[in-house]
Amino acid sequence: MSNSNLTRRGVLKSGAVAGAGVALPTIFTASSAAAYTNEPTGGTVTLGFNVPQSGPYADEGADELRAYQLAVEHLNGEGDAGMMNTFSSKALKGNGILGKKVEFVTGDTQTKSDAARASAKSMIEKDGAVMITGGSSSGVAVAVQGLCQEAGVIFMAGLTHSNDTTGKDKKANGFRHFFNAYMSGAALAPVLAARYGADRKAYHLTADYTWGWTQEESIVAATEALGWETVNTVKTPLAATDFSSYITPILQTDADVLVLNHYGGNMVNSLTNAVQFGLREKQVNGRNFEIVVPLFSRLMARGAGENIKGILGSTNWHWSLTDAGSAAFVKSFGTKYGFPPSQAAHTTYCQTLLYADACERAGTFNPCGVAEALEGFEFDGLGNGKTLYRADDHQCFKDVLVVKGKDNPTSEFDLLEVVEITPVDQVTYDPNHPMFAGGALGECNAG
Amino acid sequence: MVGTMDAILLQILNGLDKGSAYALIALGLTLIFGTLGVVNFAHGALFMIGAFCAVTLQRLLSLSFETVDPTKTDFLGNPAKIKTPYIESWLGPETGAAIIDWSVPLAILFSIPIMLFVGYVMERGLIKHFYKRPHADQILVTFGLAIVLQELVKHYYGANPIPTGAPDAFKGSFDFGVVLGFDPNLIIYPYWRMVYFAFAAVIIGAVFAFLQFTTFGMVVRAGMADRETVGLLGINIDKRFTIMFGIAAAVAGLAGVMYAPINSPNYHMGMDFLVLSFVVVVVGGMGSLPGAVLAGFMLGILESFASMNWIKDILPGIDQIIIYLVAIIILLARPRGLMGRKGVMED
Repeated sequence: MSNSNLTRRGVLKSGAVAGAGVALPTIFTASSAAAYTNEPTGGTVTLGFNVPQSGPYADEGADELRAYQLAVEHLNGEGDAGMMNTFSSKALKGNGILGKKVEFVTGDTQTKSDAARASAKSMIEKDGAVMITGGSSSGVAVAVQGLCQEAGVIFMAGLTHSNDTTGKDKKANGFRHFFNAYMSGAALAPVLAARYGADRKAYHLTADYTWGWTQEESIVAATEALGWETVNTVKTPLAATDFSSYITPILQTDADVLVLNHYGGNMVNSLTNAVQFGLREKQVNGRNFEIVVPLFSRLMARGAGENIKGILGSTNWHWSLTDAGSAAFVKSFGTKYGFPPSQAAHTTYCQTLLYADACERAGTFNPCGVAEALEGFEFDGLGNGKTLYRADDHQCFKDVLVVKGKDNPTSEFDLLEVVEITPVDQVTYDPNHPMFAGGALGECNAG
Repeated sequence: MVGTMDAILLQILNGLDKGSAYALIALGLTLIFGTLGVVNFAHGALFMIGAFCAVTLQRLLSLSFETVDPTKTDFLGNPAKIKTPYIESWLGPETGAAIIDWSVPLAILFSIPIMLFVGYVMERGLIKHFYKRPHADQILVTFGLAIVLQELVKHYYGANPIPTGAPDAFKGSFDFGVVLGFDPNLIIYPYWRMVYFAFAAVIIGAVFAFLQFTTFGMVVRAGMADRETVGLLGINIDKRFTIMFGIAAAVAGLAGVMYAPINSPNYHMGMDFLVLSFVVVVVGGMGSLPGAVLAGFMLGILESFASMNWIKDILPGIDQIIIYLVAIIILLARPRGLMGRKGVMED
């Protein structure tokens, strides 16, 4: 008879705990050796550019990647330094970041959340990326932001417009330079009311996923506050290609405005179908029927051809802006690639510079130090006027552009014209606004 | 009641053009399955290639030379380069512009030899090696081929949709409401979608006439019914079946060419239609050409009705599952599909 205290259940429990410990991904255990995840130790620092290189947003991803490469060149002291010359902060010296040469790895998000998380994870674990940035979808941004929070690296979001990214899904390690659906509504509604009247009846077609819902909610709230009536809000499947059966019911209503809360291929097809069905020639109660596309992307708008002429929408940035920062960026990008940059390229270039600058000011790559440097940071010279990276939700607050499809484009890039620059005060909201409620930044995670 | 009637009429019209595309693709799929016994998952890619034939011809006709206009500047402030299509400089601005404007209808002629060739190469180069393999192998290899083809198109044309407009003469829409005694602007329908429906009807009619009234067609039909006996009679049925593959590819390609103005072509458009077209084939009855056409239009119309707001209010999300729901019901009631024959895919 043995006197040992070992029991079968006890052995199993200990085995399970030990097994779970061994199985823990290295991203959770690496911190034991370094001060924070992927602390650069040699003469280089690696950034991870996670963009859609395949799938429907591949062209947008390609433009983001061009901007990242340009930003890396400028950070390393090559090229004409672009917006580093106009950036209000002068911490960047053109010798990399904190004296370390900037290198990068790329991942393919495929515009799928699981694929985007897998590529980000690979760049963090295998390539030692100290920061992840990019993407062209809110679903992807929210997923990758969550992963970066767990892994203890900074996430500098690319093109993501859903309120949720810095609303209910905000994270302490995540930062968004791009504007959001609320800001589109706040900027667009007064222009719509001024141009089309304050007593319009709107019919919404909305892509049935996180971005579409927040976009619809934002535009409905902003236009109803100015007197518009919402006749109907219809959700359309993300996979829909032909929108004729969603557009024809509009003919049977007394709606006189169609709001297309669609992006990418959805937007191209729904707008094309709406124009085909004669909505732009339609008269309701003696007034012209109007179509609105709240989030415009020049790259995507090209697919809709001349159907975008005269259509109002909003955008984060446009290459035709004449401020010194925009001009410097367009010159660098245009000289290198032969065409002007998209808003996706602009926001990703800015995010790279903002991250690098924060590292310089913090004197470390430690994500908690970088986050602290970005929180409440006010800057100028990056093409959007005076901008604040708000500490409460890690959202940038800056002017928003209301644009219109150009009637007489002079080139294939000259598709949109800026009709109004909405001042930042008009698009600023309380951090506890109901559309952004339900989440918390939490604590910064350094890995 | 009038409100309901005009809504129903509109959805029938919507269903007819959707159904036209389904029917044309399903017709080609059935032709290939009926003749060669191959389940061709690359058929959607042929539809996509057809649409890109229209894009390519439009680009070829728009090929331009550049001249510098010192009075204008480009986005970098350099003197602007003005593009003038060669065709406008050769034939005069008006004639040249008119030819470019009509590039989609012209692409019908441009696409037929291309699609026949693509179909021939696909069949001789790849698919013939899989005739005796299980259907699962055929599905895998043709699905792989479809991905290769769409990635090739994406590489050369990009991922974004490319606007490919109908001729100006067919832009705008027709007011059915006025003709039928309803108020104006209630039942309007784009001219080009009407053209698409008429075109589909002509192509479907031509395929049936070809099979019904020509000796070639008679042999093909005999081969579809009993391949072995036709072979024993000394007829080279394989050669004819290869030609039928080419014809099926051309039908899918023509469906794609004419679809280009309806929705701007993108590399993924074939996949969007592929799964639905297979459902159409199965519902119609594997191997039945009239079944494919009937099911194509029927499911197109049902899909349109399911998108109506009052139906979606009662059954949310019905628009996304209606086709599969109907397919399940029909297959439970008639396991061989609407017009399926005994013995097809049952060995």
